[in-house]
Amino acid sequence: MEHITTPKVENVKLLDRYTNRKAANGTLYLTATHLIYVDASSEVRKETWILHHHIASVEKLPLTTAGCPLLIHCKNFHVAHFVIGQERDCHEVYTSLLKLSQPVKPEELYAFSYNPKMSKDNREIGWKLIDLKVDYQRMGIPNDYWEITDVNKDYEVCNTYPPEIVVPRAANKATVIGSSRFRSRGRIPVLSYLYKENNAAICRCSQPLSGFSARCLEDEQMLQAIREANPGCAFMYVVDTRPKLNAMANRAAGKGYENEDNYDNIRFKFIGIENIHVMRNSLQKLLEVCETKSPSMSDFLTGLENSGWLRHIKAVMDAGVFLAKAVKDENASVLVHCSDGWDRTAQVCSLASLLLDPFYRTFKGFMLVTQDLTMFCFSLSRCGHLDGDPKEVSPVFTQFIECVWQLMQQFPCTFEFNERFLLEIHDHVYSCQFGNFLGTCHKEREDLKIFEKTHSLWPFLLQKKQELRNPLYKGFTAYKELQPNTLPFSFQFWCGMYNRFDKGMHPKQCVLDHLLSCMSQKMKLEDNKLRSVHDWSRKDAIRLFSVVVRGCKCPFSSSKIDFKKKKNFLALNESLHGPSPCGRTDSFFVSYAYLLNKNNKKNSVPFYGDHFNV
Amino acid sequence: MEFSELIKTATVESVLLSCAGLPPVRGTLCITSHHLLLSSCPGGDGQPGTVELWLLIRNVDAVEKRVQNLGWYQPPRTNDSPRDTRLAGSSGTITLRCKDLKVLQLEIPGMEECLNIASSIEALSSVDSVMMMYPFFYRPQDLRLEEGWHLFPLEQYFQQIAAQTSQWRLSDLNRDFTTCPTYPADVIVPAAVSDDTLRRAARFRQGGRFPVLSYYHPRNGTVLLRSSQPLTGPNRKRCPEDEVLLGMVLDEGERGFIIDTRSAQAAKQARMTGGGTEPKSSYPQWKRLHRPLERGRPLQESFIKLVEACNDASLSMDRWLSRLESCRWLSHVKAALSTACLAAQCLDREEASVLVHGAEGTDTTLLVTALAQVILDPGCRTVVGFQGLLEREWIEAGHPFHLRCARSAYSHARLKQEAPLFLLFLDCVWQLSRQFPFSLEFGESLLLTLFDNAYASDYGTFLCNNEKERCLCKVKENTHSLWAWLNQPEEKKKYLNPLYSHNPLVIWPSVEPQSIQLWQGLFFRWIRPSQYLDEARAEMQRLVEGNEAPAKESAGSRLSQSLSDPAARTENER
Repeated sequence: MEHITTPKVENVKLLDRYTNRKAANGTLYLTATHLIYVDASSEVRKETWILHHHIASVEKLPLTTAGCPLLIHCKNFHVAHFVIGQERDCHEVYTSLLKLSQPVKPEELYAFSYNPKMSKDNREIGWKLIDLKVDYQRMGIPNDYWEITDVNKDYEVCNTYPPEIVVPRAANKATVIGSSRFRSRGRIPVLSYLYKENNAAICRCSQPLSGFSARCLEDEQMLQAIREANPGCAFMYVVDTRPKLNAMANRAAGKGYENEDNYDNIRFKFIGIENIHVMRNSLQKLLEVCETKSPSMSDFLTGLENSGWLRHIKAVMDAGVFLAKAVKDENASVLVHCSDGWDRTAQVCSLASLLLDPFYRTFKGFMLVTQDLTMFCFSLSRCGHLDGDPKEVSPVFTQFIECVWQLMQQFPCTFEFNERFLLEIHDHVYSCQFGNFLGTCHKEREDLKIFEKTHSLWPFLLQKKQELRNPLYKGFTAYKELQPNTLPFSFQFWCGMYNRFDKGMHPKQCVLDHLLSCMSQKMKLEDNKLRSVHDWSRKDAIRLFSVVVRGCKCPFSSSKIDFKKKKNFLALNESLHGPSPCGRTDSFFVSYAYLLNKNNKKNSVPFYGDHFNV
Repeated sequence: MEFSELIKTATVESVLLSCAGLPPVRGTLCITSHHLLLSSCPGGDGQPGTVELWLLIRNVDAVEKRVQNLGWYQPPRTNDSPRDTRLAGSSGTITLRCKDLKVLQLEIPGMEECLNIASSIEALSSVDSVMMMYPFFYRPQDLRLEEGWHLFPLEQYFQQIAAQTSQWRLSDLNRDFTTCPTYPADVIVPAAVSDDTLRRAARFRQGGRFPVLSYYHPRNGTVLLRSSQPLTGPNRKRCPEDEVLLGMVLDEGERGFIIDTRSAQAAKQARMTGGGTEPKSSYPQWKRLHRPLERGRPLQESFIKLVEACNDASLSMDRWLSRLESCRWLSHVKAALSTACLAAQCLDREEASVLVHGAEGTDTTLLVTALAQVILDPGCRTVVGFQGLLEREWIEAGHPFHLRCARSAYSHARLKQEAPLFLLFLDCVWQLSRQFPFSLEFGESLLLTLFDNAYASDYGTFLCNNEKERCLCKVKENTHSLWAWLNQPEEKKKYLNPLYSHNPLVIWPSVEPQSIQLWQGLFFRWIRPSQYLDEARAEMQRLVEGNEAPAKESAGSRLSQSLSDPAARTENER
């Protein structure tokens, strides 16, 4: 709170980037957690909420006649352009936001103060909802070839791995420890996914410390053990997800990649996914394109090409497809690494398991995949939660989410959840409202007492399952492995993500809402029967939420501002999703379209060119 | 001319047909006057094989042949033909690229046969005489010849307008097509202007295409007109009758907009060849806006380049995006939509009448006026209304389909007057349907069928360049109408949009580049696997249909709701 010098500024304008509409005029509030803008000029009270943690950058632009412009870019790609009357006010808001948006200590993160008034027991149930061990069981582990070992229980082998890891039974403790000495940051090969049908496994690790000629017997034994854990195939793949040049450069630093001669029966392969710095710059360029005011088609397509963004998305997808094919079609196990094995490796392994296993396309399964990313140190410093090195920030998670979205476009009936679920998760990765995505690894999460002091996101998302589900989902058994088309044309620009807050660009009528309402009507007709045995996550949700909902009257009560509480709740929802452009039901839509037209009468027909004044 | 003279080899056995996404089949290939047939080999007991291919030869856009000498190659022996030994010598592959963008491959044993087949298909597919085309021979059993030809008389359209205003009349001055050879017999013109004045005004417009009413906007009585360019010429000629005609459209003090679909520069240059624009001094109430839209050769080349890029599976992401950009197709879509929105905005928001023309007034002009009507008029968004719109604004309005759709994107023939304006229009309508998924009664499948039929059809609807030619060829007497076929209940069902719900409002699309997508359903129809998307469609249908009863109910209450809303009522009364 000490950062807030001016909690309220009046006469603030909010500019709309895409229409020529007159700027809104209203009041800006700063609270401990949010920036809130209340539009006073429109008849209906309209609020814009921006979570401090979502703020990626604040810029003060040169003074204009209208006042002092303040440009805020958010990590969920919301861009707010305020104009504040007094320069002094603007400066104070600016300095406050700078501090509020990048807390220095982890304890300042929202999750530690966020209090949905939930009982301790329920919170614990929430954290236990997603358990990697249960998933290992589902894969049939432990079995004859794989075991869950607690060799890392004191983080002695690797401090960025969780305490329990899955390794081949044939690899004894000496092999594990020996191998860990030969792997960057001790990140030894461990199992990520086991394809039960043929025993082929996807494993992950970091790069070997091979330099130009070093070798390590235990590491070689480790790989042999992984290969032999899959008796159906005489060889295994070792996939380095970096471009070959980068991997070679690493040899000079005593790292590098496996020498095929030293390992028995491995097939080594590079898949050129660029590093985090290239990805960060690429996203930056993409966002600049998205923000250009009234670009021509050529400007946009050239910008899209130059950003390289879709090229990178395709590279990640291609890698995922390669892994899935190796496992499914060649019955081969795959060991994946990049440099430290926590960006590209994590993306690619998760994507491959999503392609192979329909379970990961359900709510619960997808939560597991996402949780798995964090457990194996999907380096969350990439999200820039805390004030730190901006060079460590990278859109690794955004890319993963986008790959899933691209799959949804090609396979509309295969996911239990819809686009909004992805956007929710993406929002909360950056919101720091829940503990799931804080800290960089399991050890740090324990040190921060995340599991005792914060709440898990998943129960809150399951609570909203009705609106996050995919009405076209054909069920768990309808599709098995997915083989996406990865020709360039199959990748589309995701307007719903990168221009999500520019409502004018989106389809004016929402098919998803309509189908969801059809679905809920249908469900009513079916007399609330549980729909299928496979839908076990639903039962879980019901069991859990009868508890959670009771305990949680106003989950957002930590807001200091004095609005009515219910309204607060709705408004915060809005700040996270944006107001839903069309309502839940079709009939609501018509009234929306009618309003749209009424507004049009004044001045909000989309901008088709400035011709009348020429 | 006899078709049989063009057919050098009528049947070849053991031809292998392959086509992207389907397993190859072997069978007997057969060429008839209008069709290419392939029936799979009978199973030995003399039963007829199943027909695997039934292709209208008119649909073939390009024939590519490759002959190999395979002296070293011993084909696998099949048990039925001793002639197979001959195959050892040679074989050939014909690639057929179709106007609907499908690509087929035929592997034909025997070099001579292959060459004969190729040249027969080439000759048959480039027959240019309208009367020789298949619609004149096609006689389906369940349709009557005259059905569907007079579904949308202009008289009926005019009556709707006459019910609201007496300022317009239906004139048959063009009944013998002398005033304007590319207009239909009847046109709607200002009531106060005599046929004589119109005839003189017509002489001042290229091809005699004087300004006529295209759409009457019932909400505020403004109108959308179209014409060709005025023949101002280098000497800045004037025509009092043309000025009177346009003057009559506007009341005193009212202003109107002329949307010229050429750039100001191009319009000015047109004066050198006798064309030009309406000068401000002679048409003081009209304000001119220039919105350059591509047509003719550049548009055809854009289409060709796009299709080339779509068919090139070797492209990297960067090359693909760069070729998507450089072909400029999406730029044309954006420009066409923006211009139509501008016209609609003038009518609906500025409450001003609009005249649209480019040069000839048969291409981009019609694109803009037709599209503006889809945006403004809910009637045009139903299946039947859309057919009426096409009939009125494209077919009768004299879009030269025969010239523009003679060849599609694959043809190697020298370009003459081909240009995919109609496809561009369908693409824009598709963009509207994507942005307003509940507002069009028809789905993508209707747009695809229209595209196919405009380029090669069993029906006479898109034959010829204008009504005059259609009369001369007796198209309406001797061919079937596409509409008759489409409107059969069983057939129509396939084209309906399951999400449709009547939307009485103007639909304002976004024209930002982020909102405009490549129409994959058309350009990748034969390339991308559609299984998962079809399943999604079926699933959607199932979901919506299960809900039909309650949805209908709420539609009723919705209507009464909007009627009781005072603001909505004024909207309806106007």
